[in-house]
Amino acid sequence: MNESLLRSLTPGVLGVLVRRGADFVAAEDAVQDALIEAVRVWPADPPRDAKGWLVTVAWRKFLDATRADTARRRREGLVEEEPEPGPAPATDDTLQLYFLCAHPSLTPSSAVALTLRAVGGLTTRQIAQAYLVPEATMAQRISRAKRTVSLVRFDQPGDVATVLRVLYLVFNEGYSGDVDLAAEAIRLTRQLAASIDHPEVAGLLALMLLHHARRTARTAPDGSLVPLAEQDRGRWDTSAIAEGVAILQVALARDRLGEFQAQAAIAALHADAPTAEETDWVQIVEWYDELAGLTDNPVVRLNRAVAVGEADGPRAGLAALTALDDSLPRHTAVAAHLHERDGDLELAARLYAEAAHKAPNLAERAHLTRQAARLNTRRSH
Amino acid sequence: MAKYLLLKHYRGAPASVNDVPMDQWTPEEISAHVQYMSDFAARLEKGGELVDSQALAPEGTFVQYGGEGRPPVTDGPFAETKDLIAGWMIIDVDSYERAVELAGELSAAPGAGGRPIHEWLELRPLYDAQPTLTDCPWK
Repeated sequence: MNESLLRSLTPGVLGVLVRRGADFVAAEDAVQDALIEAVRVWPADPPRDAKGWLVTVAWRKFLDATRADTARRRREGLVEEEPEPGPAPATDDTLQLYFLCAHPSLTPSSAVALTLRAVGGLTTRQIAQAYLVPEATMAQRISRAKRTVSLVRFDQPGDVATVLRVLYLVFNEGYSGDVDLAAEAIRLTRQLAASIDHPEVAGLLALMLLHHARRTARTAPDGSLVPLAEQDRGRWDTSAIAEGVAILQVALARDRLGEFQAQAAIAALHADAPTAEETDWVQIVEWYDELAGLTDNPVVRLNRAVAVGEADGPRAGLAALTALDDSLPRHTAVAAHLHERDGDLELAARLYAEAAHKAPNLAERAHLTRQAARLNTRRSH
Repeated sequence: MAKYLLLKHYRGAPASVNDVPMDQWTPEEISAHVQYMSDFAARLEKGGELVDSQALAPEGTFVQYGGEGRPPVTDGPFAETKDLIAGWMIIDVDSYERAVELAGELSAAPGAGGRPIHEWLELRPLYDAQPTLTDCPWK
C-alpha cells in the first residue's frame, strides 16, 4: 500500500466530516483512527473507492466516539440524521484545512505539528520522532493546537502567506526519524498548489524542488557539508530542477513577484550553471536586490553580500558587508570567506574559527573549523 | 522551534538570593520544593514543550582511555571540582525569549521560608540536528 497516497486523502476526508457538522477536534481523531484501520485492512482487502471508504469509516468512528461521550450527549440530535455524502467540494475543503492548521492564533511549532497531522496524515509518533521530542509532549502540543483552532469557523477565508510560512518551516527541518520532512513539505506544497492558483505557492514549490534537487550532493559520505561551489553537479537531480524551473517560469509570467519566487529564481540560476565558475552572479545580485525590496529579512542582505563578492570582487562584497549588523547569524562566516578571496589568509583563518564558535549546528561548525584549519596549515608550510 | 538545556548546578553557579542549604529547610519546605519541580515538569509536558528532565547523583567517577590493551583508568570523585551539575531539563520552544521565561519560572522554586530560591540556572542552546537548508549562502 502506498502510504503517501493514503495520507494524501486525509485533508479531503477531514473536510467532509467537518462540513457534516463534526467538531474539528473529534473529527480529526476519527480520521486518524480511520487511517490506522486502513493501514491494517487495505493490504488484504483494498477498497474500490479509497476516499469513500475512509469517509465512511471515519464518520462511523466519529459517531461511536460521540455516542460514547456522555458529556457530548447533546450532539446526538446531530448524529441521528446522517447527512447525504453528496459531491464534497474536495479542493475547497483541503484549502480550508491548510488555513485552519496555520491559523495565526497558533505558535509556529503548533501550526507545524497540526499541519503534519491533520493535513499530512502523519501519526503523533512520527511527528514526535521527526522533531526529536517525546510522543507525550507532541500529543499535548497537537491537542492544544486543536483546541485553539476548534473555535475558528471552518469556512473563514485564510491567508496563504501564513500557510506558506508553515510549509517553509517543515521543509527546512530536513529529516530525522523515519519521516523525510523535506519530501513531506514538497508533497504538502504540491497538494496546496493543486487547490489554489497563487504565484507564491508555485514559487515556494519551485524553491523546494530546486533545493531538494541538490540534497544528495550537499553532504559527503562522511556526513560533512559540501559547499555549493564544490558540489558534484552530476549528482543534482535534473528532473527535479527541470520541474522547479518550469513551475517558476509559469509563476513569474503572472507578474506578481513575491519573496518565494525571487528566492526560487536565485536557486534556479545556481541550478542552471554547468560549473560553479559559470554561475551568473550578476543576475543573482539583481534578484537579491528584488528580494531586498520584498522583505526586510537581514539574511537576504547578507547573502547578497556573498553574491556581490562573486560578481564584483571580494572588496565590493566586504563593502556590502560593512553596512550590515555583525551580530547576524553567519555574518562572521561570510566575512571569513570574503577575506580569504581577498587574499588576507591570516584574518580569514581567525574569522573562520570565530564563525565556527558561533555556528548554529554541528555540521556547519565542523565545516568552518576545517576551513580555518586548511588556511592555518597552508600558512605554516 | 529550538531546544534548550536548563542546567542546574550543585556548585559552580553564582550564589542564589535565598541561599540556605536544603538540609536546613523544614520538611514542609522540602516537600513544597519537590512538588513545585514536578508540577513545573508536568506543566511543560502539557504545554508540549518538555523534552527531558533528569537529576544526577552528586558523586561521579572520571574515566580515561588507558592505552592499547589496558583497562580504562578511573579516578575521583574530586571533592574540589568547581563545577558540579545537579540535573537538567531540556525544552523545545518557539523562541529564546520563551526559554528565558521558563528558566525564570523554574528559578522561582520555593526554598527556605517558602520564598523563591532565585537560583541561577544555566541556559544553553542545543545544536540543531542539521543545517537549515534555504537560509545559507553556501549550500
